[in-house]
Amino acid sequence: MSDTVVKRRVRTGTGLGLVAWLAGILFFLPIAWMALTSFHSEADAATNPPSFAASLTLDGYREFFGTGGGASPWPALINSTVASVVSTACVLLLALPAAYALSIRPVRKWTDVLFFFLSTKMLPAVAGLLPVYLFAKNAGLLDNIWLLVVLYTSMNLPIAVWMMQSFLAEVPVAVIEAARVDGARLPVILARVVAPIALPGIAATALICFIFSWNELLFARVLTGVVAETAPVFLTGFITSQGLFLAKVCAASLVVSLPVLAAGFAAQDKLVQGLSLGAVK
Amino acid sequence: MTATTTAPIATASAPQVRRPSARLRAWATRAPLLPALVFMVAVTQLPFVATLVISFFDWNALYPRARRFTGLDNYHQVLTDADLRHSVWTTVLLTTAVVLASLVLGLVLALLLDRPFRGRGAVRTLLIAPFLVVPVAAALLWKHVLYNPEYGLFNGLLHYVGGPQPDWISHTPLLAVEASLVWQWTPFMMLILLAGLQSRDQQQIEAARVDGASDWQIFRHLTLPHLRRYLELGALLGSIYIVQNFDAVFTITSGGLGTANLPYTVYQSFYQAHENGLASAAGVLVVIGSIVIATLALRVVSSLFREEVSRA
Repeated sequence: MSDTVVKRRVRTGTGLGLVAWLAGILFFLPIAWMALTSFHSEADAATNPPSFAASLTLDGYREFFGTGGGASPWPALINSTVASVVSTACVLLLALPAAYALSIRPVRKWTDVLFFFLSTKMLPAVAGLLPVYLFAKNAGLLDNIWLLVVLYTSMNLPIAVWMMQSFLAEVPVAVIEAARVDGARLPVILARVVAPIALPGIAATALICFIFSWNELLFARVLTGVVAETAPVFLTGFITSQGLFLAKVCAASLVVSLPVLAAGFAAQDKLVQGLSLGAVK
Repeated sequence: MTATTTAPIATASAPQVRRPSARLRAWATRAPLLPALVFMVAVTQLPFVATLVISFFDWNALYPRARRFTGLDNYHQVLTDADLRHSVWTTVLLTTAVVLASLVLGLVLALLLDRPFRGRGAVRTLLIAPFLVVPVAAALLWKHVLYNPEYGLFNGLLHYVGGPQPDWISHTPLLAVEASLVWQWTPFMMLILLAGLQSRDQQQIEAARVDGASDWQIFRHLTLPHLRRYLELGALLGSIYIVQNFDAVFTITSGGLGTANLPYTVYQSFYQAHENGLASAAGVLVVIGSIVIATLALRVVSSLFREEVSRA
């Protein structure tokens, strides 16, 4: 390669780096603007042209958390936390043994079972919504957070089984065999050999299941009311405009998104794997 | 216990060790799987069967006594109803537009991020962020903060250059919904395609470069064929998620202005109109529609999966 070619390649390299930065900033701009607006007063938030340098205030957050009157978001935030955390725990409890039976000591035709789990994820949830609603109504389970826990568990179980199957498959069979020959029993093997290798993957799986449960709207909207309302349902209260309320909407959107942003960045490297149902590593 | 587990595939098909009895042993292997399997069948498969049954009944929840078996009448009604047909069309349009646009944008971004430059990790983080905003919150952000004709950011920025001040949502409702979804789904496509780019055979590319292949030739004849399956996977998974989209349609337009897609219509026909039979028939049609996509998706996943297993 001649000198000029190398130089040209380096120059286009930095040029494209700048383009990448520009694209990143462009995609992030709406979020940055949302964050900035949430710290403006309502009057400054609703100006045209936008007031970039207006003074900052916490009024939007005070409004959102209900000190200025209006419904408090805390019950909804707590409901969302319960639904997401408990359903994620249930998912792990069911998925771990299943993944074990699909990787370390696989059943016959284990790939077929794996694909059955995947296929349930591909059928639209809306098609099963009505029977679930009728069942809940007759069983007196409407507006009950535990119904959402069950549904979110079923929603995330296929994803978790796929992800954990691939993580457990990374544990070398020879190591497990060696431990067994040395006389270690199954619980010891699981705790000392399997867990250390699979734990980061299990953590990522949990974070991704948490995100999906936290985000869910359709089931929560149909099956909950006043008592078991989740955070996304609370947010739908902002769909129709209520005069000057931009700062409040921004504060609300940001607060509700924060747990997902945190979990998502923590699980960044495994995010694709979860979303592609384990197909892409 | 020790003899059968050396080769995992052979566990179930090795009946020569007859202590506890082969059948008991097979059940012991299956046992850890059963709770998850039974749970999934009960919670996801039974409701579908119920939906199918209800779809053959004329059943308005407000008149429960008038419930009766009508055969395929609901399907006839769904397929001939102009509103419902329109919502099928809207679903197709919304899904195709969002998937294609986010796939193309995602490919461009993935190619940009595939080469090293200063702050690559930071840019990656910035680009993932839209995907990590709660969908309802993202839809609210677009509806009120960006699209608002009087004080939204878009018109605010247009103001600086003396541009027009359009009412985005009422002029182009479907495009408004699509744009917000493209913003959220481009990061997803980018992540899948980036994973695809990074699994390329670097030696092969170096060899091609030494042989004098141009960047474009490398992209056209090496990168693109390798990416094909990742593009397919992104398109299929994106379709599966976006066909089901409810949050954006519900929040940005509330299904109005001709943006009601099938999930929204199903929701509306039983939650507001209490037409259980019709809603179920529409639901069954959604399932039939997604089975086509799902079958293709499963095929792509299984080909990637087999490659993965054989490599391991």
